[in-house]
Amino acid sequence: MILRLLKNGIDRKSWIFLSVLFAVTFGVSILNLAPTPGSTLHLSSFVVTVLGKYLTYALLALSVDLVWGYCGVLSLGHAAFFTLGGYAMGMHLMREIGPRGVYGHPILPDFMVFLNWQELPWFWLGFDMFWFAALMVILVPGVLAFVFGWFAFRSRVTGVYLSIITQALTFALMLAFFRNDMGFGGNNGLTDFKDILGFNLQSDGTRVGLLIASAVALAIGFLIARAVVTSKFGKVLIAIRDAESRTRFLGYRAENYKLLVWTLSASMAGVAGALYVPQVGIINPSEFSPANSIEVVIYVALGGRGTLVGAALGGVLVNFAKTIFTGAFPEYWLFFLGGLFVVSTLFMPKGIIGVWGHIANKWRADRARNASSTLQANTLKKGD
Amino acid sequence: MDPTSKTAILYLENINVSFDGFKALNDLSLSIRPGEMRAIIGPNGAGKTTMMDVITGKTRPDSGRVLFNDIHNLARMDETDIATLGIGRKFQKPTVFENHTVNDNLLLALSDGRGVWDTLFANVGSREAERIDEILQIIRLSKVQGEYAASLSHGQKQWLEIGMLLAQKPKLLLVDEPVAGMTDSETAETARLLKEISQQHSLVVVEHDMDFVRDLDVDVTVLHEGAAIAEGSLDYVSKSDRVIEVYLGR
Repeated sequence: MILRLLKNGIDRKSWIFLSVLFAVTFGVSILNLAPTPGSTLHLSSFVVTVLGKYLTYALLALSVDLVWGYCGVLSLGHAAFFTLGGYAMGMHLMREIGPRGVYGHPILPDFMVFLNWQELPWFWLGFDMFWFAALMVILVPGVLAFVFGWFAFRSRVTGVYLSIITQALTFALMLAFFRNDMGFGGNNGLTDFKDILGFNLQSDGTRVGLLIASAVALAIGFLIARAVVTSKFGKVLIAIRDAESRTRFLGYRAENYKLLVWTLSASMAGVAGALYVPQVGIINPSEFSPANSIEVVIYVALGGRGTLVGAALGGVLVNFAKTIFTGAFPEYWLFFLGGLFVVSTLFMPKGIIGVWGHIANKWRADRARNASSTLQANTLKKGD
Repeated sequence: MDPTSKTAILYLENINVSFDGFKALNDLSLSIRPGEMRAIIGPNGAGKTTMMDVITGKTRPDSGRVLFNDIHNLARMDETDIATLGIGRKFQKPTVFENHTVNDNLLLALSDGRGVWDTLFANVGSREAERIDEILQIIRLSKVQGEYAASLSHGQKQWLEIGMLLAQKPKLLLVDEPVAGMTDSETAETARLLKEISQQHSLVVVEHDMDFVRDLDVDVTVLHEGAAIAEGSLDYVSKSDRVIEVYLGR
């Protein structure tokens, strides 16, 4: 499978994507670390962290594109998997604070001391170990998605109904996590993180490390997604997307295909969330809010559904616009976002990547025509 | 013919299906011999498509048995299981995968592993390519093998779909109105195509077009109001009073 991926999976678009991704990542990293602060070349740590955050959103968008773009499962609840991955990482970061909390309790996080809890709930056990937390980042969203998908796909819930129940899923999780007695910090969530794997989260070096980790995660996620969609499995996914009952009559169990890609996608979203949390420094239940999941769908639609590269690009671009807009005219951001969605659905059904492909094709056709007309002109001259 | 003998690849026994009180199939019995091509004709609403739905597991009959190869009762199985047994169905409207090339359409239909792990780690090699080439020649689409199915003409889509059925190496082919919407020359070509296929497969063809059925030159079953009212050669059934009444009487 790896060999096949190297042979067919990485096309020119993929190479461009990966090169740009790493060029920007390393460029920003070097410009942040090498020049002395204050020099004109120096990039602030804000840029590093914000870019890292964009890349985690890009990975989230990629995971949505995998299920929506290639299998036609429109998830309006992917922020749930993202946030669960984020909580798993947040729990590890909380445990790593140790006795340095405000209340100085050796084991219990501050909020538990505040709530007068005497001992750590069972589901916080093990999160003091990084490897365990990392495993949970993948497993918790994956298992939830598997169970959810098992029931939903087996009962052949599709289309709008599926979208609605994914939305209900994330909403239910939000309400649950808002409760203090759930044991996840309630309303305030988890914050005041100190360090990760022993590195201080406030230091530039760690921030650059997290940015590079996000870029690597995005690249790996992209390669896995490419391997999946260029395999025969991927062809079956597209067949299910376009004509599910036909695919069943061919003898493929559509529900198993959906379940596998859905679970994979959820785990990918979980990894994105886990990288997001140390960079923004907080995770709270509002990340579950249904609007977040809908926003991710906009990233994918704007960038180009079913293209992977487009989804990642959409994730970065929309969030870049968000950073600019919410700074300059915060009250208009949502209008702008809504406008973007309407414009992209009406005028760019294949998103930015589609428009780009269109222009590139036209340019190539023009060039071919010019070449052939010059050739014709030349032959004519010879004829004279 | 004794219906329980081992001479039927498909045997329908007293099938009843009703939708909200409307009897779509009314005690329908039918038997297809191995290697036979049978044409099913009948006016609109006679139950032809419902019969196909029952055989392929899309519709469960209210009562009755559908025996395949004398052992499998299809009335208790779902679409995927039935497809795996070796029953392929061509739909009335051509449903090929428009966003896949002609080649990939056939590749998906090839009788290889259907599980998620089979396809995830599948290596598409020369064995598959040979088989696809073979089918492309039968269905006369070799020249357009690299094109997206969306760009094919209506007739070509129908042939591609027949090719997809062949790729499944089915034991029994169900073909629903293969020539609807085709030009005359495409219709004639399709008749030749089906006859070629029938040399190696059992076929059930549902069709309205009498000229086409005449071209096929096979036994015909006439359905009316969910039941078989006549069976035999086309000339024989067209002499039946009951058939004349149904077709011409109103």
